[in-house]
This record gives sequence, structure tokens and C-alpha cells, in this order.
Amino acid sequence: MSESLTTIAYLGATILFILSLGGLSNPETARRGNMYGMIGMAIAVLATVFGPHVTSAGISWIIVAMVVGGSIGLYAARVVQMTQMPELVALMHSLVGLAATLVGYANYIDSAASANFSGAEMKIHEMEIYIGVLIGAVTFSGSLIAFGKLSARIGGKPLLLPGRHWLNLGALLVVIYFGVQFMRAETVNAGMMPLIVMTAIALLFGIHMVMAIGGADMPVVVSMLNSYSGWAAAATGFMLSNDLLIVTGALVGSSGAILSYIMCRAMNRNFISVIAGGFGSDSAKPKAAGGAAEPAGEVVPVSAAETAEMLREAKNVIIVPGYGMAVAQAQHTVYEISSLLREKGVNVRFAIHPVAGRMPGHMNVLLAEAKVPYDIVMEMDEINEDFPDADVAMVIGANDIVNPSAAEDPTSPIAGMPVLEVWKAKTSIVMKRSMASGYAGVDNPLFYKENNRMLFGDAKKMLDEVLVSLKAG
Amino acid sequence: MPLMIGVPREVFPGERRVATVPDVVEKLIKLGFSVAVESGAGDAANFSDDAYRAAGAQIIDSAASVWASSDIVFKVRGPTMEEVGLMREGGTLISFIWPAQNPELMQQLAAKKATVLAMDSVPRMSRAQKMDALSSMANIAGYRAVIEAAHHFGRFFTGQITAAGKVPPAKVFVIGAGVAGLAAIGAASGLGAIVRANDTRPEVADQVKSMGGEFVAVDYKEEGSGVGGYAKVMSEGFQKAQRETFAKQARDVDIIITTALIPGKPAPKLITAEMVQSMRPGSVIVDLASEQGGNCELTEPGQVVVRHGVTIIGYADLPSRLSKQSSTLYATNLLRLLEELCKNKDGTINVNMDDEVIRGATVIKEGNITWPPPPPKLSAAPATPAAAKPAVPAPAKGGHGGSGAPASGSRAAVLFGVAALLFWGIGAYAPAAFLGHFTVFVLACFVGYMVVWNVTPSLHTPLMSVTNAISSIIAIGALVQIAPPLTAGVERPEDWIRWLAVIGVGLTAINMFGGFAVTRRMLAMFRK
Repeated sequence: MSESLTTIAYLGATILFILSLGGLSNPETARRGNMYGMIGMAIAVLATVFGPHVTSAGISWIIVAMVVGGSIGLYAARVVQMTQMPELVALMHSLVGLAATLVGYANYIDSAASANFSGAEMKIHEMEIYIGVLIGAVTFSGSLIAFGKLSARIGGKPLLLPGRHWLNLGALLVVIYFGVQFMRAETVNAGMMPLIVMTAIALLFGIHMVMAIGGADMPVVVSMLNSYSGWAAAATGFMLSNDLLIVTGALVGSSGAILSYIMCRAMNRNFISVIAGGFGSDSAKPKAAGGAAEPAGEVVPVSAAETAEMLREAKNVIIVPGYGMAVAQAQHTVYEISSLLREKGVNVRFAIHPVAGRMPGHMNVLLAEAKVPYDIVMEMDEINEDFPDADVAMVIGANDIVNPSAAEDPTSPIAGMPVLEVWKAKTSIVMKRSMASGYAGVDNPLFYKENNRMLFGDAKKMLDEVLVSLKAG
Repeated sequence: MPLMIGVPREVFPGERRVATVPDVVEKLIKLGFSVAVESGAGDAANFSDDAYRAAGAQIIDSAASVWASSDIVFKVRGPTMEEVGLMREGGTLISFIWPAQNPELMQQLAAKKATVLAMDSVPRMSRAQKMDALSSMANIAGYRAVIEAAHHFGRFFTGQITAAGKVPPAKVFVIGAGVAGLAAIGAASGLGAIVRANDTRPEVADQVKSMGGEFVAVDYKEEGSGVGGYAKVMSEGFQKAQRETFAKQARDVDIIITTALIPGKPAPKLITAEMVQSMRPGSVIVDLASEQGGNCELTEPGQVVVRHGVTIIGYADLPSRLSKQSSTLYATNLLRLLEELCKNKDGTINVNMDDEVIRGATVIKEGNITWPPPPPKLSAAPATPAAAKPAVPAPAKGGHGGSGAPASGSRAAVLFGVAALLFWGIGAYAPAAFLGHFTVFVLACFVGYMVVWNVTPSLHTPLMSVTNAISSIIAIGALVQIAPPLTAGVERPEDWIRWLAVIGVGLTAINMFGGFAVTRRMLAMFRK
């Protein structure tokens, strides 16, 4: 395959990728979008393998690597639980980051790659390598930590080192310093030291950055890392003078950035302050100092049978799923309850908070898995006005996203975050394991409201009991 | 300085409603306003001056001084020309206006430099339901229609078996299942009648059932939902099938309640003279559309007439006949609207034209006619999927890890300046080859931004996993390093590079195959 043919194939792949992302913005066209992505990727890989930059000596290596990697990937995709999606995605981001780092190193030690450059071009090429490795390494370690936090291997509480902003700034300065050293280096061996030191700092920086971000902000972090993996690909593209990589990387990078922005807006939080980290820690101070109103009142527990009774008598039910439903794998039972109620003529709808769960759209995926039709799954803005008309609002394993203090208590750390106003329903039932506070570490006055009932226990077990009583009735 | 809300007595003959009630007066005062009520304004709705006074309102004797002293005037009916004459220059008026039917009134109000919010123009959206006076009035009209029908109908509604013989239940047919129709269905089935209903919009069938009615479908395929949850004009073929259905019902039922209206059009004539003739003597027709010409050919607007032994009720003022209830609900609608106008609860109002609800309701802003508003974006019908969200144009920062946050004013200028400097620097120093790539890069950022901005939230996860899969394009970078064609004599650490690249390919392959496969798996689950 000639150089021009490869370029045209790349162009085709680029167009397919754009169509793919475009298609993914609507449920009707999403499957086709995914197909475009696959075709585009296949074209890009084949055009490269048979293109002028790969000789026949490499084919066998490529096949082995592809088959091994591909089967691991397919296996992982098959066995992963839908509730573990956030972890899987975070882990995969880390792979892209690691690959970007490795490619950067390989490119640096490859004297053939830089043979054609001189003067300013050489400097720019080196800078591209340096930046590519930097972004790759940050993505790699950051994603690994995100994976650890999401899969609960690492605690969700933000780790805040003293003077962490100064620490980050210092790291940045050191990185710049070594960057200059790196560009000045005459030989590959001389440049290796700064590159390795920078990589180590970048890895530490990635760890530090994600460790400092609280659990409640995880959806933003996942999509931010998604964005980083795109920028890493784009930087690699600059390094290799490959437009396909640049375009695709930029597409992924900007789309990830926009997703993060949409998430932040949904939480009424500033993008910068999410990245800066420390949710529920800095902001917890005014609460202690101001002695904000402690929620007072009595918690009224109910049994599963009573819950079923309330649901049966209701005309209008809104179900608010949260991370607890994902953890307990209760989405199928939720679906059965909702379809049973719908058969009885009850108007059942689902209210999804934009940041419910641990990654953007997490709840939608789970409900879709359980075959809940997507036209009864509403966004917060669509349904928030309808809570006063609802007879029962059932909250399944959600806490912060239904916390009235976000609306009522200006000193609360989550003040101003839009929440689902379940307390406006005639009755709200909160399903929860205990009275512990949510990921943001904020107490929830909802539990003490007069029209609120608590159904304690594992969401799956309790819902199964509710279902049995509903069927019996 | 808190604004003064004035509530004059309604002057329209027979109008018994009043625009505020004592309970609401208290809440208005809590919002920071002061309230003045014309003496006797609430008499017809059984609210005495004393009750208003106890709630904290000031009672003023003459209408002229109410109009002159208040900044905001609450009314039910649109003002008469004399009332407009009394109005203060630059004041605010909130009432029913019907701007399409009353162009002259609109001109008069505009000449007064008034700001006018029309309760009939509040857009039909979920958020605006609490201010939707049309719905609350229609609800009352529907209920009252059944009561009027029962009054003129010579029999029980409910079927009974008594010692004196068997009584068959009354059969009621409701045409148009909007708010009024549904209220009528509920009231009639509450009285024990057998209720059937028809509507051109098939999606309301469930609502009819939920109110205790039975849905009678017209056997003809055509979707009847227009913009904003209202009905639209139907085709010729449909109308014929519809007439047949109605004729059949007319022969069978005792009471027909018609509520069919199409916005901005005369009411469709659905009940012909022959249908009336075919009904049993003693039957009743209540025509809620009489003000717009009536759904029945024989309706006399405002009158009760007997034609072919059938009583045809054409009252146009049904809500006013339940004046206490309708005043209470209307006053609450006004209060909710005022709450939207006065977010700070400081007794002042801000007519924020960026708010879709307020934009829709405002028909005159400081003397400028702002009616009609841009068309509503969402249908009130739950069955229709939400339309695409309005895209907020925001400047994307090219080549930057940050988001496309809409920056305002000076911040935008600073950003623009920095970007310009950056671009200048790159243009001045970077070699040509780099610039080509850089151009591609910046454009691609914009494409990504445009493509992704409108994604529906339910697809965030699949989108992320597909972009993740696509980012494994980085495999290309590793592929070209495994075994590139080399010019002879170049020294390179062959093995190192190959191993790094092979590992890179392996890692990205995991991502590539895994990412697409998992996206596929997820998307397969999305179904309607």
C-alpha cells in the first residue's frame, strides 16, 4: 500500500470516528455509531499494518500482540458486571496512558525516527516526546488510582497532603526544569535521565491528583481521565507526525473535556475546584464552625410489607436509584417491581440525577440492562417539578443526590448542588443499609422529615421482599 | 420600596371570581409586597372585606384609586377600555388577556407603557404547571359541566336497584380529554355514571382510563398531537370516521360533554343537528367550547336551550359559577407566577426574559408587544420523547485540557487575548510541518466539541467507553515502530524498541477490542 493510499484510509477512519461519536449522542443511532467506530479502527489498523511504515518482519509480532491483547479485552468485556463498568473504563484509560508512555520512549531511543529532523524541528520533536510521555504517565497512574477507588480497593476519602497545591506547583516547575535539560541533551543517553525523572514525577503527580479527589466527584474524574487519554494520543500523533492520531486524540480529548464540564455543571461545581480536589473536607469546616442546624427529629422505619402496601395504593410513583442499587445488583428486582406496578395502572417513572452512581450515565446503563424502557427514565430537570404530584418517591441506595440541605442550608458543603426533590412527594421511602452519611460525608435531613420512611437493609434483599408482598397482595 | 399589588373588583357582567383570596394575600405579604383590594371585590366569591383586612390587605373604596395606587394589578378577566384608562403609566398587569383575540386591547396597554403578563400565555411545560391558570380553570369547568348536566338531567347518574324498580346508570360521553375533559370524566364517574371519552390524541387513552373512563377510539390512523400538548386540525378522512363514531355514541348515551378546542381556531363542529335529533328526549349536552363557537351546531353561547327534546347548555362562565374554588386556584396560580418573578422575596419583580416561562407569559414588556413568543420546545405529552436540548454556544478553547465553559464578558476577552498571543507565538516560531498538524489538531478539537455537546445524559457511559476504545488508536504509534523500513547504516536499539512497541500494541489491543465489545454489550440493552 502506498503512502497516499494509507493517508486516504486514515481520512476514511477519521470520518468514521466522527460519525461514531455523533451517533453515540442519541439512543436511536448509538449502535450504528459503535459500528462506525469499529470499522474505522479496523481500517486504521489494517492500513498501517499494510502501509509503508511496517515491513513484513513485523507482521508476526503484531499478530501475536493483537491476538493476546484482543482476547484479554474481549474476555474482560464479556465477564464484566454492568455495575463494574466505571472500574473497567478507568482501567482501560490507564492502558492507553501506559501505551502512550511506552511509544514515547520507543520513539525517543529510535534514532531513525529523528534522523530527518534538525534545528527547530528537532526541538519541537523532542518537546512532543516529552509532553506525550508526561500526559501518558499522568493518565496511567491517575487512572490506576481511579480504578482502585472505584473498585473500593482504595478508600474513597480524599487524601490531602499539607500544601498540596504548592506540591503540585513544585512538581510542575521540576518538570519544566527537566524539560529544558532534556531538550539540551546532545545524545539519547544524556537525555534519558531527565526523561525518566520526569516520568516518575508525572506518575506521582497522577496518583496525587486523583487521591485528592473525593468519591462524590468520581464521575467527573473518570471522564476527565478519558479526556487525558485522548490528549495523550494527540501528543503521540504530533510526535510521529501522524494526522490520524492527532485528529482522533483531539476528538476524544475534547469530548472527554466536555463530558466533564457537563458533569460539573450538573453538580453546580467549578471544574477547577473539582480538579483541585478535596470535596467535603475544606468545605466541611464552615459547617463545624457555624454549627449548622443538626438534623433533628425522628426516623420512622418501615417494613418491606408496609412499603409494598404504600406502593400498591399509590397512583404516581417515582423511583430514584443510586449507587446502592448498583452495589446490591438490585436493578432487575427494581424492574420487576416497576413493571408489576405499571400493569396495575400505576404511573411509575425513574428519576436519574446526573451524577448518580460512580460514572456519568451509570444508572441509565443499569436500568437498560434490566430492560427498563428508556422513555420512563427521566432526567432530573424533566421530573423535578413532578415530585409534588407523586404519591411515593422511592429512593434506592442514594443519599447526597436527594439531600434537601443542598437546597435549604446555605452552609452545607453541597449547598447549591441541584438535587432530586423527593421530600416534596407525599411520602418518600429511603432504602438504605444504615444511617451512615453519603460519599460527600454530609448528614441528610431528609431521613428526619415527617413524610419520610426508612427501609433499612440490603437493597436487593429488601426489594425482593417488597416484590413478594406486592405479588401476594 | 416594596411594590403595591392592587386587586380591583371584576367589572365584567356576571363575573363572580376575584383575582386574590385572603390566604394568598398573606403569602404575597410574606414575599415582601403590600396588597390593596377594592371594597367588595371578593363578595361574589364569598370573601368579605374583613377577611382580606384580617389577612393584611388594605381595603380601598374606589376602583380608580386601586388602579392608580398599585404597581402591579391582578385581575381575572382582561381589563376593559375604561380600566386601561385608569391604569398607571408603566404599571404591570397580570390577568387573562387572549392577545390573539384582543389586538385593540394590546395596543391600548402598549400605549400605557405597561408590562403585561397573560395567564393564558403561560407555556405548557412541567415547570410552569403550578402557574397554569388555564388548566386550573378548565378543571373547574369540567367538574361544573357534570354538575350542570346532572341538574338538567331527569335521572340518577348511578344505577340502582330499589324497591321501586331498577334504575339504569346514566351514560356520559366526553369529547376531548384535555384537563376539562378529564375533570368531567372524573366527576361523572364519581357520580356513578358509565363514562366514555374520545380524543384525537391517542396517548391520552391511559389518562382517560386513570380517571375511570373508557376510551372510544376513532378507527382511523392519524396522530393528533400538535405542538405544546394541544390537539391539531385533523384530515378529512379522519373527520368522517370521527363523525360516524360520534353519531353512534349520540344514539346510545344520555349526556354529551364536549371540550374540543384547537388553539387559535374556532371550535370544531363535532355534534351535528342530526346527532342531537337522534338522542333520547331528556338528554343533555354541555358545550364547554361555546365561547369559541361551540362543538355542537345548535349551541347558543351563554344560554341553555332545548332542541329536539335535548337540553343544550352553552354557558361560557362555568368557572365563575364555582367562584370560591376558581378564585382560590387562580389566586394561587398568580402567586406562583409572582414567586418566579420575585426570586429574592424582596417585594420587587424582575421580568426575566431569558426564563422560558416568563418569556412566554409576557405579552407586553414596558410598552413593547412581545407576543407571540418563540414556539415552545417541548410537548407536554409524556409519550413524545424530549426534543434536543438547546445547545448553549460556548467558546471552546483549542488545544487545551480545559472545558468549553461559557465565559462571560471580560473573561472572554482575556481568554481571547491569550489565545491570540499563543497562536501568534506558534505562527512566528514553529516550522511549517508542525503548523499543518497544529491546524488539524485545533479543528479536530472543535469537531469533537460540536459532536459531543448534545449527547443525552443516558448515553454518557457508552459514549465514554466508545471514546476510550477509539483512543486506542494510539496503537498506530506502536505499530509503525515495530519494524519500520530502515535506510541502511542507521544504528538503533532494535530489540528495545520492538519490545516496547509490542507491549504497546498488546495493551492498546486490550482496550480496542474490550472497549468496542463492552460498548456493544451496553448498547444492546438500551431499548424503548
